[in-house]
Amino acid sequence: MTEQAYNFAYLDEQTKRMIRRAILKGVAVPGCQVPFASREMPMPYGWGTGGVQVTAACLTPEDRLKVIDQGADDTTNAVSIRSFFRRTAGVAVTGATADATLIQTRHRIPEHPLTEDQILVYQVPIPEPLRFLEPREPETRKMHSLEEYGLMHVKLYEDIARHGAIATSYDYPVKVEGRYVMDPSPIPKFDNPKLSGCPALQLFGAGREQRIYALPPYTSVVSLDFDDHPFDPGKADHDCDLCGAGDSYLDEVIIDDAGGRMFVCSDTDFCQGRRAAGHIGRLGAPAGAAA
Amino acid sequence: MANPLTAETLGGGFDDAPIQSARAFRAALDAMARPGRIHVIAGARPPAPLSAAAGTLLLTLADGTTPVHLAGDIDCDALRGWITFHTGAPLVPAEAAVFAVGRWTDLAPAHRFAIGTPEYPDRAATLIVEMPVLEAEGPVLAGPGIRDRARLTLPDPEAFRANHALFPLGFDTFLTCGNRVAGLPRSTRVEDF
Repeated sequence: MTEQAYNFAYLDEQTKRMIRRAILKGVAVPGCQVPFASREMPMPYGWGTGGVQVTAACLTPEDRLKVIDQGADDTTNAVSIRSFFRRTAGVAVTGATADATLIQTRHRIPEHPLTEDQILVYQVPIPEPLRFLEPREPETRKMHSLEEYGLMHVKLYEDIARHGAIATSYDYPVKVEGRYVMDPSPIPKFDNPKLSGCPALQLFGAGREQRIYALPPYTSVVSLDFDDHPFDPGKADHDCDLCGAGDSYLDEVIIDDAGGRMFVCSDTDFCQGRRAAGHIGRLGAPAGAAA
Repeated sequence: MANPLTAETLGGGFDDAPIQSARAFRAALDAMARPGRIHVIAGARPPAPLSAAAGTLLLTLADGTTPVHLAGDIDCDALRGWITFHTGAPLVPAEAAVFAVGRWTDLAPAHRFAIGTPEYPDRAATLIVEMPVLEAEGPVLAGPGIRDRARLTLPDPEAFRANHALFPLGFDTFLTCGNRVAGLPRSTRVEDF
């Protein structure tokens, strides 16, 4: 079968209408999880089926799509989703954050500030922030309806009692516009401050769990904390070894069998941009030099 | 049969549904995500008196699973036939509607419409209100999607203030005029002049 045999952006129109209605309700009630009839996609659950369906419902032929997986444009998941939409929707693709109109992400927010002309689509594995505290869906629904979030604070408190600090380092729960507690997807808590007041529209899709939720632009998003243990976004105590950036989220890479390691930006586009601009880190070579 | 199959009933749909509905949805999405911002939305050519914007919203969002309520002079044979043919949406009284279309005076009282349930606030109606004028002036809006303040022509600020007071319940609204659309979700606060 040829790619032209598929409808624009793969999904049929009835499915896209259903997803679009869910997205609009998600936008109208920021942070609230809206059920949707998630479809089987030609990729396994856990590979971004929720994000892919939200992206498919939002794409227009004029869009320029960027897909990142843990900040990288060139990992299997990102490459295959980008290729999927290039083939089924015919959209242009890019690796440059600033050039993209729609960015699908797995577990990172790009370092480059987003603009009003962009949409950020998150792939979400477990959309319910209370799920590991209360496994029953009717109960968590009731807790959200009653704004009963004491259990979440108990969990954070137990972190402090056991470790001396809130040990949750990713998937860090947030409160949206003073109402809904929301799972920001497994982004590092380093990225949490970027959720709030973001000029771009942020959409979240969970395929297996069949939920869509949203943060409209300029929505207030507060990471949960305590007065005496304020939220700390955290930062590895290093600079990027390739581009020298001191303000980006870093991956730790083991480079030999003797305990050698290096730290590199997780956002590959950001790192390449800095190196192209002449910034060189501890182990970096000048841009253009042979590796 | 009240709806004869006329050219008016059968025509006026999308020529290229996947592409036109994708562009229309992006306009509607940005309108709902940024209250106060007015977008051009086009593609449908519905029979009078429905506006092109309202017709395009219905073709983009309504189908056999979404009961539609037609209010006032929108509830005419030509439009009943057009909506039924192009979307398959059942036409229902206000209380059962997922989408409701009409002028504000015909849609009022707005408390008839579904506002969702505490567990599922998304199960609320979306109103498509036909406006005589639609400009970025009038009552001041604040809330999610708005950086500082926005202004938008509203038919009845008091009704939207009451609707916001129900948050997270409440209906959501598209305001349409000609080929232009603006969004007013329940999350938007309507402030004093």
